[in-house]
Amino acid sequence: MKFGVTILFILTTFMSGCSSWGVQPWERNKLAEKKMQLEPAPLDSYLDAHIYYSKESSSGGAGVGGGGCGCN
Amino acid sequence: MQLKKSKSVRKMLAVATTTLLSGVAHSANSSGDNNWEVDSSILYYSEADRVTVIEPVVSMRKNMGDESFLNLRFVLDSLTGSSPNGAIKTGSAQTFTTPSGNSTYTTAANETPLDPSFHDTRSSINAEWGMPLNKTTRAIFGANISKEFDYQSLGVSANFSWDFNNRNTTLTAGAAINADTINPVGGVPTGLTPMSASKATTGADDSKTVTDFIIGVTQVINRTTLMQLNLNIGSDSGYMTDPYKILSVLDGGGNLRLTDPYLYEKRPDSRARQALYWKTVMGFGEDVLNLSYRYYWDDWDVSSHTVEAKYRFSLGEKQYLQPEVRYYVQDKANFYYYNLVDGAIPTYASADYRLADLKTTTLAFKYGIDLDKDSEFAVRVGKMNQTSNGDAPFEDVDATFVQLNYSMTF
Repeated sequence: MKFGVTILFILTTFMSGCSSWGVQPWERNKLAEKKMQLEPAPLDSYLDAHIYYSKESSSGGAGVGGGGCGCN
Repeated sequence: MQLKKSKSVRKMLAVATTTLLSGVAHSANSSGDNNWEVDSSILYYSEADRVTVIEPVVSMRKNMGDESFLNLRFVLDSLTGSSPNGAIKTGSAQTFTTPSGNSTYTTAANETPLDPSFHDTRSSINAEWGMPLNKTTRAIFGANISKEFDYQSLGVSANFSWDFNNRNTTLTAGAAINADTINPVGGVPTGLTPMSASKATTGADDSKTVTDFIIGVTQVINRTTLMQLNLNIGSDSGYMTDPYKILSVLDGGGNLRLTDPYLYEKRPDSRARQALYWKTVMGFGEDVLNLSYRYYWDDWDVSSHTVEAKYRFSLGEKQYLQPEVRYYVQDKANFYYYNLVDGAIPTYASADYRLADLKTTTLAFKYGIDLDKDSEFAVRVGKMNQTSNGDAPFEDVDATFVQLNYSMTF
């Protein structure tokens, strides 16, 4: 419950900042570059997720979908 | 009045620029129409004295205009070497039965028991189909299938995103479900029964279902900063035990008990997972910082913190060098035991070090170069260390990896 309230607080804070943040359409030149994307190297992320999924007991967060493995 | 005027000028400028930019985007798209973007990678991953993995990946994306695309990813994952079987090292040599029950292997005194019969090849195909639903919403539907000699996984996913606030804010929501089947060599051992050539089994195969939901928000902060916050809720049900792992059972004197000294592990058949994930991308001139943090927790009492930072230094217009660091720390599952004690066998137990209190540190460097307008080559080299972060004295895992990437458009 306490954690749920914390998450809600973080989300609300994040969302309330949304109105003052942002850029105009003509200010997107930098953000349009490939290196500025959230996943600039999808295969690096895929391979990392695969390694850590098979070596640690946590998973998820960045996205959903993609498949499972036995990973003994 | 003046304010009104400047507002309307601003509006006109916005419309003009958007029209101009959309024109640019369309022309860029039309030049990319019917083109394939191919992204390929080969990973070599090797642990000292343990497993070695060679994993080629090819991802092909076909842009079909209007933000529609088809993405196919093919993976072949070849694994050889030894893996800890879960038993502890002792002062004398230990002999174990292989999972098939047809042979045995012996571990020398004072060495961590490793099962040398560990080998696998995994092939997987993943397909994604993305499309705009209207001007501000998009959908990506995915399907995946993977096969190992003892494991199959079949899954589907759907992700939706909605842009608003002048496309500065994006809400995302997604769901995925995987149905996995395991057919272990020698059958599915009955949990917490003795390891033997004629082990008790519950059948030839078993299955599990993995379900995930995600909601997230991505926000443009300013011209050089982007931020994302996701909440991932997952639920697993079915067979989650590792059929090849055992636990040592010690007597009151701290020695292996004489009768049935090794038991097959047994994990709960359900798991509720949550992950909160935050990421930012910040530009500093031509350099880029990529920083993320994840807090994960589940009802096995595993909780973890993951911090990852990558800093891309631009070396002129065509090259970059990117140091990467990742730190992970995990609290153990409530059924993790380094070993069991005779007379006190719990309902669930595993000695898999991956469920223990542990920390992982990874340091890597990536170098990339644009070969020409349509192709890029990169090499990534890294080292990973896993060590106990609690009482369990399991041995460190040290791994080295080398990854070569090549991407092109044709």
